[in-house]
Amino acid sequence: MEKAVVAEGLRKSFGTVVAIDRISFWVNSGEVFGFLGPNGAGKTTTVRILTGILKQDSGRVLVMGVDVLREPTRAKQSMGVVPEQANAYGDLSPWQNLMLMGKIYGVSKRLRERRAEQLLSVLELLDRRDDKVREFSRGMKQKLLFAIAVLHAPPLLFLDEPTSGLDVQSARLIRQMIDQENRRGTTVFLTTHNMDEASRLCHRIGIIRRGDLVAIDTPEQLRKAIEERQLVEVKFNREPGDTGNLRKLQGVGRLEVAGGIVRLFTETPDSVIRELVAYAQKNGLEFVSLNTSPPTLEDVFVELTK
Amino acid sequence: MRRTTLWYGSLVVAEKNMRIYYLKAPVLIFGIILPFFLCLAFVMGRDISLSSFVPGVVGMTLFFTSSSVGPLVTPWERNARTYERLLSTPLSLSAILLGDVISGFIYGLAISFLPVVLGVTIFGCGLDNVSLLLGGIVVGAFSFAALGVLLSAPHTGAPSHIMMLSALIRFPIVFLSGVFVPLEKMGQTGRMIALFSPLTYVVDIMREAFHGGSYYPLGMDFLLVVAYFFGLFYVALHLHRRGLTKSF
Repeated sequence: MEKAVVAEGLRKSFGTVVAIDRISFWVNSGEVFGFLGPNGAGKTTTVRILTGILKQDSGRVLVMGVDVLREPTRAKQSMGVVPEQANAYGDLSPWQNLMLMGKIYGVSKRLRERRAEQLLSVLELLDRRDDKVREFSRGMKQKLLFAIAVLHAPPLLFLDEPTSGLDVQSARLIRQMIDQENRRGTTVFLTTHNMDEASRLCHRIGIIRRGDLVAIDTPEQLRKAIEERQLVEVKFNREPGDTGNLRKLQGVGRLEVAGGIVRLFTETPDSVIRELVAYAQKNGLEFVSLNTSPPTLEDVFVELTK
Repeated sequence: MRRTTLWYGSLVVAEKNMRIYYLKAPVLIFGIILPFFLCLAFVMGRDISLSSFVPGVVGMTLFFTSSSVGPLVTPWERNARTYERLLSTPLSLSAILLGDVISGFIYGLAISFLPVVLGVTIFGCGLDNVSLLLGGIVVGAFSFAALGVLLSAPHTGAPSHIMMLSALIRFPIVFLSGVFVPLEKMGQTGRMIALFSPLTYVVDIMREAFHGGSYYPLGMDFLLVVAYFFGLFYVALHLHRRGLTKSF
C-alpha cells in the first residue's frame, strides 16, 4: 500500500520543552488517520511540521513522496489544510477567500469558480457568498475553511480539530464532507478530541502522550488491547447499600457509583453478571436495568494517556 | 494546476493586501494623516519657500506611505489567525514578504504622486528631471516598503504595538534625513547620522530631480537605496523566519 505521509524520527523542542520526541509513523494512501492526544501532547506541533509550517529539529517528513523540508512548495501543493484555530479573511467574502486560495494553489479561473460554487452550495453558504466573513458564525467560518482546504482537490487533507466548538448540524455536515472526500480517494489526517468522531471516521488511530506516540492501530485493535475495561452497568430498584460487597464480586476490577447506577469494570462480564444475580437475590434487590458494553475509544484514550 | 512561483505568489499576496489593508485605519493614520500634519506643523508660520520644501515632502510622503502597510499586515494576520493558514499554502515565506513589500510599494507609489502634482501645479516648483524623479520614487518605495516589512517582524499579539514601534522608529528618521533641514545646513553630527538613513539618499535624488543640487553623487544615492532594499529585506526574512517558532 502506498504511503501518503511518512514521518521518521520527528523531534521538536521549544527551548527546554520537548514537544515531540522522535516519533515515527506513516499514513496509508486513501485512509482516514486519526491523531489523538490530550491538550499539550504534541498533536498540533506534529501537524505543523507535517504541513511545513514549522521545521523539525531532526527527522524527516515525506508527503506524497516529497520531502517537506527540501521541497516545501511542491509538498504543500498536494495538501489541503484546516489549521487549528485558523480563520478565513474576515474582510473578504467567502467567494473572495476561495478565489484567493484558488489563485495561490494555481487553480485556473474557470475551475476555481466552478469548484467554489459547488462547495458553497454543498456547505449551505451560497446565499452568503458575497457577505463579509467577519459577520459569520463560528460554524459558517469552519465550513468555509473546509471549503478552502478542498478547493484545489488535494490528494491529502490535514484537518486539525475541524469540528471543535461547532453546533451539531455543522459538525455533522463537516463529518459527512470528510467521509465523502475520503470515498473519493483523499487521504485524511484528522486531529480531534471527539472520540465518537474518531471512532466513526478513522481507519487507524495514533495516540500521542507528552510527545511520545504510545499507540497506533485500528480502533478495534486498540479497544481489544484494554478488554479488561469492559463495562457492566446495573441499576437496582433501591440503593445497594455498602458497595464494598459489590467490589468483592469475582472478576470486578474497578467500581464506580453515580446517580444510582453502578458501573463495574471487568475482563469477564459473564461471570460478573452471574455474581450480580446471586447478589441481588441474596439482598432482595430487583434489577431496573442491566447493560454491558465493550471498552470505548474514550476508555482506550484515557487508559493510554493517563 | 500551475506551480506557485515566487513572483506569482507574491503578486497574489500583494493583491490580497491591497484589498484588505489599504483602507485600514492604522495605515491611513500612520501613512497619510500623520505625515500631512507633520508637514503643516513645519511649514505654517515659518518664512520658507514652499517650492524648496517640495522634494523633502515628496521623499517624506513616500517614506511614510510605503512603510505603513508592512508593519500592519503580519501582526494583523497573526491576530486574526489568518497567518497560519497562509503559511500552510504553497507560498514560501519569501513570497509572502515580497507580496507585503509590493503592496507597500504600490501604496507609496500612488500616494507620493499627490505632493508631486501639488508641488508642480500649485506651489510652482520646477521639475527638472522626470525620469530621475520616477527612478527615485521607485527605488525609494521598494526600500521603504522593505523597512515596513522588517518593522513587522517582532512577535506580538497586538498590531497596535507594532504600529507604535514603527512610528517611534520612523519619526526620528524623518528629522535626521535632510527632509526639513537640507544636509548642507546640518551639523557634522547630523550629517554623520543621516548617512545611515535610506531616506537621506531618496530626498537627495528628489532635490536633484526637482531643481538640481544633490549633496551626494546620484550613482551613490541609487546604489545605497537599492542596497538598503536588499539589506532590509534580507534581515526581515531572517527575523520573520526566526519568529515562526515563537508564533506557534
